[in-house]
Amino acid sequence: MTQENTERLGIVVSGSLNKGIEVKLDSSASVEDMAVGRYVTIEGGKQRFFGMITDISLGVIDQKLTLTPPDVSDPFMAEVLAGTSTYGTLHVLPMLTIGGDVASLIEGPQPVKTVPSHFSLVNLASQRDVELVFGSEDERKFYIGTPLDMETKICLNLEELVKRSNGIFGKSGTGKTFLTRLLLIGMLQKGTAVNLVFDMHSEYGWEGRSEEGRKVKALKQLFPSRVAVFTLDEENSRRRRVSTDFVVRIGYDEIEPEDMALLRQTLNLTEPAVEAVYQMRRRFGRDWLQNTLDLKDSEETRELLRELTIHESTFQNLQRGLATIRRLPFIESRAPDNTVKRILDYLDQGINVVLEFGRYTDITAYILVANLLTRRIHTQYRERMEKAMGEDIALPRALVITIEEAHKFLNPEVASQTIFGTIAREMRKYNVTLLVIDQRPSGIDSEVMSQIGTKVTCLLDNERDIDSVLAGVSGKSELKSVLSRLESRQQALIFGHAVPMPVVVRTREYGSAESYKDFVSTERAEMSQQAKKDIEELWE
Amino acid sequence: MAEVQRVGEVIEASTTGFVAQCYELYQLPPLGSLVKTRDLPVELYGIVYNAATTSLEPGRRPIARGKDEASEEAIYQSSPQLLKLLRSEFGVLVVGHRQDDKLFHYLPSKPARIHGFVYLCSPEEVKEFSQSFDFLNILLNAHLPVSAEELIAACLRQMSQVHEDRHAFLVAAGKELAILLSGELNQLKAILGRIKE
Repeated sequence: MTQENTERLGIVVSGSLNKGIEVKLDSSASVEDMAVGRYVTIEGGKQRFFGMITDISLGVIDQKLTLTPPDVSDPFMAEVLAGTSTYGTLHVLPMLTIGGDVASLIEGPQPVKTVPSHFSLVNLASQRDVELVFGSEDERKFYIGTPLDMETKICLNLEELVKRSNGIFGKSGTGKTFLTRLLLIGMLQKGTAVNLVFDMHSEYGWEGRSEEGRKVKALKQLFPSRVAVFTLDEENSRRRRVSTDFVVRIGYDEIEPEDMALLRQTLNLTEPAVEAVYQMRRRFGRDWLQNTLDLKDSEETRELLRELTIHESTFQNLQRGLATIRRLPFIESRAPDNTVKRILDYLDQGINVVLEFGRYTDITAYILVANLLTRRIHTQYRERMEKAMGEDIALPRALVITIEEAHKFLNPEVASQTIFGTIAREMRKYNVTLLVIDQRPSGIDSEVMSQIGTKVTCLLDNERDIDSVLAGVSGKSELKSVLSRLESRQQALIFGHAVPMPVVVRTREYGSAESYKDFVSTERAEMSQQAKKDIEELWE
Repeated sequence: MAEVQRVGEVIEASTTGFVAQCYELYQLPPLGSLVKTRDLPVELYGIVYNAATTSLEPGRRPIARGKDEASEEAIYQSSPQLLKLLRSEFGVLVVGHRQDDKLFHYLPSKPARIHGFVYLCSPEEVKEFSQSFDFLNILLNAHLPVSAEELIAACLRQMSQVHEDRHAFLVAAGKELAILLSGELNQLKAILGRIKE
């Protein structure tokens, strides 16, 4: 449905900046044609307002009508009463103002600071209005989807996006993976940041599956020269015919006590057992894990435990936990290569890294590996950043780390200890940000949540999840009704830094040959542009 | 169209309305029809709200005469003086006027002139006049011997006949009434019930 020009809906009858504006629908506009989440423009006296429909209700001019309803089976009666004695009202949340003068045209839409005057005209937003607000695709803006009932493109400002940590939320099966893939492609295409993806279910690197079981291409297939696939499970990758660039192995000596603290819940460790880990580290140095596991049930061991004041049951608890880690096949006593260095080498060249977990989809492996690698990469980045600032050289590339099941890393108990908590809070100081993907946002520490720049949420229906996602957003209750009414597929509410106002999008098509062509064609154009630039530089 | 149909002559006038007598007995304009009279340069428009046929002299009532006659017509034939002893007159509520070729849907500054000729408006005039529904408010608020519901319904039925899209006209009028009668649901229902097709 595309409407050129404007379609008059009604007039402003009351409202406030805080609670939104009431619009009485004209009799020509049917309530049944309205939809929560649609955009409207309000023609104020001096400026135009841009807003979103957040609620739709019915009104009657006289309460008697509800008690003795007229005979609406008579079409004449129904037609006369519609819009006069009985009418529809829209609740509109004004979001932006579009000024009429030259200065405001240059500045673009501004956050709303007042309300339109009484009886201002309300129109359905036209394609042009939406374009004016969300901009069109360019080298910084990535087309993510279209608004409901419109063909206009809604674009995310990726440069703004990667400056802060971001989140993608939604119940399982609502399209989080598709959205993540889209965002990753966007960042790849526009080159705003390099990505490190901890790919739990091996669906971002080579190929994934759509809900209907159709295969869809993932990053490596679309951008072969700019994506490297690392794997923890070589055999699995081979079976899936994925060409991998590197097989990750982790040595015992790479595991630090902090990693154990994070695994406390999944390994069922007691608080004293985690304390004991630190003591073991002090005692044995880098090889603490091997040494701890090697301790036999002997008099010597008991002597050692007494010395360290570790209770025997605590020790057993710890050993059980460590044994679980040792059983992970990608853990070896000495790693053959330095994984972190390899990852950083790729990232330095601007090549994105996807780490596939293969069969090791259990949360222990995921938490361990993600935390371990991220911590060391972050340290490296930090050093480089400090060096870059001190020596006044180019800053390292912005890095976005994607993690799934984020509530396991960022729940209130561990958020303060894990590196992910630190990254989320420190934000962009060291050019490292997170892209967290989660289905239980209520499980994420509120402090971390408040630092998330742009939130993309698919359908959520748990009250607590909705509350935590929307915490601190203006117009929360209105957005809540929008969020809980999203369709379960291909629809998402986006709000935060990368968009000028909260927006419901029908996400861009992904998975057809045409959609791939779209992604790659822009990529080619950019490549040829880059080549041209390189050649020019060569001759300078 | 030739000269619009002349239906009577003003015999009593006030600011809000006038009474006109028909030239021929029983040649009354229909209830709710739009009529006009001139008081140049002003033309007054009004709506017929009432009609009556009475004895010429107020104190003298007609008596039944048809006992030995075969038909009703025969009564008038055997007593031709009856046509002169009875008279038909109708009341008109002024709802607007035209001055300097502009149409106003409110009362003129002066009432109609006695002996002014009263004409039935042509379909074009009715159409032009009914572009605006402001006259409905005058009809609703007038204190008349006939109920406002009956009068408005009759008037709208009359007017709707000159519009090509009769239904659209009636719906638009209905919507106007729904707003005017927002607190009087029963009155609204009564009118709508009388104008629906």
